[in-house]
Amino acid sequence: MEAFIKGIGIVSPQKTFNTHDFLSDVVEYNTNSLRCIEPVYTEFLNPILARRMGRTVKMGIAASSICLKDAGVEIPDAIITGTALGCHEDTEKFLLSILDNQEQFLTPTSFMQSTHNTVSSQIALQLKCMNYNFTYVHKGFSFESAVLDGLMTLADTDAKNVLVGGHDEMTDRHFNITKRAGFWKDENTPTIEIINSKTKGSVSGEGAAFFVLSNEESEKNYAKLLSVKMIFNPESEKEVETKIIELLKEKNMTPADVDCVMYGISGDVRFDDIYYNLKNSLFNESTSVYFKHLSGEFQTSSCFALWEAAMILKTQTIPPCILIGENKKKQIKNVLIYNTYMNTYHTVSLLSQC
Amino acid sequence: MNQKIYITGIGIISAIGDNVAETLDAVAKGKSGIGELDNITTRHRNEIPIGEVKHTNPELIKILGLPEDAKITRTSLLGMVAAKEAMVWAGIKDTKEFRTGIISATSVGGMSMTENYFQDFLNPEKSGDWLKYIETHDCGDSTEVIANYLGIKDHISTISTACSSSANSIMLGARLIKNGLVDRVIVGGTDSLSKFTINGFMTLMILDREQCKPFDAERKGLNLGEGAGYVVLESEQAAGGKEILCELTGYGNSNDAYHQTASSPTGEGAYLAMQKAFQVSGLKPADIDYINAHGTGTEVNDMSEGTAIERIFGNNVPRISSTKAFTGHTLGACGGIEAVLSVLAIKYNMVYPSLNHSNQMSELKFTPTKVLTTDKPINNVLSNSFGFGGNSAALIFSRH
Repeated sequence: MEAFIKGIGIVSPQKTFNTHDFLSDVVEYNTNSLRCIEPVYTEFLNPILARRMGRTVKMGIAASSICLKDAGVEIPDAIITGTALGCHEDTEKFLLSILDNQEQFLTPTSFMQSTHNTVSSQIALQLKCMNYNFTYVHKGFSFESAVLDGLMTLADTDAKNVLVGGHDEMTDRHFNITKRAGFWKDENTPTIEIINSKTKGSVSGEGAAFFVLSNEESEKNYAKLLSVKMIFNPESEKEVETKIIELLKEKNMTPADVDCVMYGISGDVRFDDIYYNLKNSLFNESTSVYFKHLSGEFQTSSCFALWEAAMILKTQTIPPCILIGENKKKQIKNVLIYNTYMNTYHTVSLLSQC
Repeated sequence: MNQKIYITGIGIISAIGDNVAETLDAVAKGKSGIGELDNITTRHRNEIPIGEVKHTNPELIKILGLPEDAKITRTSLLGMVAAKEAMVWAGIKDTKEFRTGIISATSVGGMSMTENYFQDFLNPEKSGDWLKYIETHDCGDSTEVIANYLGIKDHISTISTACSSSANSIMLGARLIKNGLVDRVIVGGTDSLSKFTINGFMTLMILDREQCKPFDAERKGLNLGEGAGYVVLESEQAAGGKEILCELTGYGNSNDAYHQTASSPTGEGAYLAMQKAFQVSGLKPADIDYINAHGTGTEVNDMSEGTAIERIFGNNVPRISSTKAFTGHTLGACGGIEAVLSVLAIKYNMVYPSLNHSNQMSELKFTPTKVLTTDKPINNVLSNSFGFGGNSAALIFSRH
């Protein structure tokens, strides 16, 4: 199961709505919570509709329209999304109105939009697309589950172009609540210092990224997605290492074939060791890059990583802002993304040059 | 791709029983589980009947043999009961013998706990062991708790597509086996009632103030319910010499692309989902002996689904019923619960009555089956599930 990445659309804390501009003007923050730079939604949505929609729905619709346009696809053969929290802003809004008004004077809009599949269904509704429509909601596996389904759909149906995306939004309330559970740093941290941070918690983030996966070759394709794997609650680092080697072996590769590894380093002292251990052992010869200092940490943050990896392969450039150490390779043929969300959800994706 | 998908285990908990045996007993007696709500404090308690599982959370914890102070949501507890029954039924003792996965579905995840503590979560001056429920809010939490309880870790995922969620999880499980990613997989879903859901459906004004009447001309809406239902899917190799309850032969998913919460009058999404399920199974509509309809009892669903069914089956609609008047509409769990009922329909050649039906809908020609029948072999069952956002799913279960 392999696929070409044919189009991308991404809304993130960086200036990414022009998919082809590869971090030429990085926005540096000094915070513990990164929020998206949002596009003007009237380009993508009727303003009356846009006013009623939550942010993640708007970001998802914008990213998916940019993506489909980029791919030159009008109606995808499937729409598959991954989101850990779904439409959290609408969920909070409806929950608070229940609690604040003792279950009285409620209106249905935020409830109607609170279901986790609102983005995938709103995209379908906008496009009048009646094809396969799925939404995965498994924490740090949400996006990879969607990507895996995209690869399967290309393999087990006659689909040619599937739209796959990840999206999650942060709200002030949810930030404060999850901070109590120890998710985020207490202190504001400058973007470039995140990698050196030695404190608990990460810098939170959010975003929406969509990809058209296709089985059709084209010069315009960004990269080829060779494999995606999820490792749940591994017993040890060794288990992760073994699974990575297994994945490479399935594609007749060894760690030496991986020119560039993208790590999900989040600046959380509790979880980052595994990245450095892999970097210094298995992938000692590979160029190292990272992404969460630009996207922030969230459960579907690897959708940002997939964009970065596809751009590296397509443009054969690595912006200095994502490089760890120096670029050891003249040509980048294969990129491996390794990410963990809080050490429970480990995901590995392998991409190659078209 | 011609790999067969065997069903070797089933597990269920809902308002009509804690397990398969109690469920069978209730349907045989035509005994609905819809009644008064006890476990949630809501001002709507006396306004609407509900299909509630009559156990408190501490009771469920005790049934499962968990530590008394376990911080586990009701969604997880219900799921654990049903998934465990399915695993035991399938005789799975060693989850490492074959690559074993779990795909569970839910619509609101840990909401029934979140809503109790949300204001305290936001108040930094309050603290307690309930802070643990911050991390049980996500939909994925229940799947994980069940997976850890059963020792499953080879593949784990959660689906949330509103009321079609667990039908989709069953479909995905079959595809994972066919694509060689797992050898067996526990699939289905779980949902617990919450103030959030009750009030949400209240604002949509689609709750019947009395017992729901699916496919009745005078239907007034749905009754909510809660529960969990799982089936064990296995590849031919993993199933070995076990008793095969039936096969999952068809599945289809489509989007109605009509409205965020209402189905199209012609049931386009439903029609396409059923059509795809027939394509995958290679069966014809005439092969179907029983349709377990989504049949929520709302004005819009029953009209839309009924129309789509007549578009597929013409004048030859087989026996059809909705079991929602027994269990209530269990949202993210209904596809799993109705899959278990579909499997049992084949095992016992049984068609369940569609309770509370008395007036024929003028728009439809078919009449739902009103009494329990066991007089005719049931070899193929079609089960429909439709959700918000136009998500439409259809499954076909077939005798082995």
